[in-house]
Amino acid sequence: MSTTKLARGMKSGRTGTGRAGDKVFSGAALGAGVLIVVVLFAVALFLVIQALPTFSANPADITGGRGFFSYILPIVIGTLIAAAIALVIATPIGIAVALYISHYAPRSMARGLGYVVDLLAAIPSVIYGAWGATFLASQLKAPYQWLADNLGWIPIFGGPASGTGKTILTAGIVLAVMVLPIIASLTREIFLQAPMLHQEAALALGATRWEMIRMAVLPFARGGIISAVMLGLGRALGETMAVALVLSSGPLIASLIRSGNQTIAAEIALDFPEAFGLRLNELIAAGLVLFLITLLVNMVARWIISRHKEFSGAN
Amino acid sequence: MSKRIDVSDLNVYYGDFLAVEDVSMTLDAKSVTAFIGPSGCGKSTFLRTLNRMHEVIPGARVEGKVLLDGDNLYADGVDPVTVRSQIGMVFQRPNPFPTMSIRDNVLAGVKLNSRRMAKSDADELVETSLRSANLWNEVKDRLGKPGSGLSGGQQQRLCIARAIAVSPDVILMDEPCSALDPISTLAIEDLINELKDEYTVVIVTHNMQQAARVSDKTAFFNIAGTGKPGRLIEFAETATIFNNPGQKSTEDYVSGRFG
Repeated sequence: MSTTKLARGMKSGRTGTGRAGDKVFSGAALGAGVLIVVVLFAVALFLVIQALPTFSANPADITGGRGFFSYILPIVIGTLIAAAIALVIATPIGIAVALYISHYAPRSMARGLGYVVDLLAAIPSVIYGAWGATFLASQLKAPYQWLADNLGWIPIFGGPASGTGKTILTAGIVLAVMVLPIIASLTREIFLQAPMLHQEAALALGATRWEMIRMAVLPFARGGIISAVMLGLGRALGETMAVALVLSSGPLIASLIRSGNQTIAAEIALDFPEAFGLRLNELIAAGLVLFLITLLVNMVARWIISRHKEFSGAN
Repeated sequence: MSKRIDVSDLNVYYGDFLAVEDVSMTLDAKSVTAFIGPSGCGKSTFLRTLNRMHEVIPGARVEGKVLLDGDNLYADGVDPVTVRSQIGMVFQRPNPFPTMSIRDNVLAGVKLNSRRMAKSDADELVETSLRSANLWNEVKDRLGKPGSGLSGGQQQRLCIARAIAVSPDVILMDEPCSALDPISTLAIEDLINELKDEYTVVIVTHNMQQAARVSDKTAFFNIAGTGKPGRLIEFAETATIFNNPGQKSTEDYVSGRFG
């Protein structure tokens, strides 16, 4: 009697539809998962529908008068340039900061530094923008002048230098400061996870600390560094406020130290309040392009992370 | 090549905690010395002070002297990096660098010390090191493959090859067989017997039969209780330690009555 009761109880407990708590939780989890997909899909759908008139419109009616493609291309390039400048500056510094915290700083100091870096990530972007526009830009006027005078033969430093310092290079530097904490704190976490086993192996062979890092930490962290950089890139691409405040925008030019260039996010932010009709559709189409670029960046990052799993050293 | 080590009045600390107290002993050149004792008695800690790997752990420090043929490893101005390139170490778990090929693993230490090396010299060094580690015949056709693809015993021998490639004076082994099966263990023990012709070998082991098989001298460490420092109880010829120990606790330990 009691055996059969127990058997029955176990049986009902094991069938997937069993307990009420399980049911509620699995339903809630499923709902949350579905919700995310629905929201993403809704955003994409909204962007596509609102952007459609732009593609079917008479090219002459688009801003610039030569169709959507020639309108969007310069600001896509501007976006990529600003993000590239940010990454070129922030990646080595971010990795160096992370390495200092994880492997060089004394423990008490490392903790404090870690907090400061995380705090940097929490500062609102408008504050970075205000700092860039009012302080950094004016500080950079003289260096830009020097670059134009001495290295002006290189197209990216072509003069005349901006009189206000509000150039794409300044915007890129501000973005670098914003991206830096993301890269630094993510790579720090990865450096801390590098297996002690291999670090000790390197040290026992007579490696200096830097040689040990090159032998046992950086190879292990490679995939993680790449994904941290990709996440930083995502932020740099989508950053709106800081660029809108810092950059004195204009048409696409090669020189980084003259006023000019524009990014998608800043273009939308600056023009949206006064846009109507086709112009509104245009800006939404620009948003769609930005959406696709960030989606692509995230997919690439995912792919790199998953590829990294197979050859990670954590075996 | 091989040098002797004289340890005198060595105290090892983790921060304020005294982990090993007042050890003095002489490790002869071209011989195998085994450290035995129950877990937590400080034998691994002590071993790691012999090549200054101990101080990798924050707060760890040492008082006393460790002389390598008369030169104090803890004298002012001695760079631990130099010490470690002279005194190699093999760890409990095999740890070849996973991102390097077998060949690069063997050369890893050499590349640190002398930057440039002709390819033929490097090839020769890889072969002699792997031969000394009794691994050459098993891996000679796949030197370019990752070292992490080998079996545990092979990986451990690869680590030994990596350690002897830099021609150290002493090789320290921290329970090198505890993660290996009996056959691989036997291969390593044979290797240790060959290595003592050229190197001073110090091995920490939990396996008393192993200590009896491979070592010339044995040191027995013990601990009075949790939180107390580990001490060197007895240090003598291996045969003496196992057959005719001078201390009661040594006898209890080697006969399996505790630990």
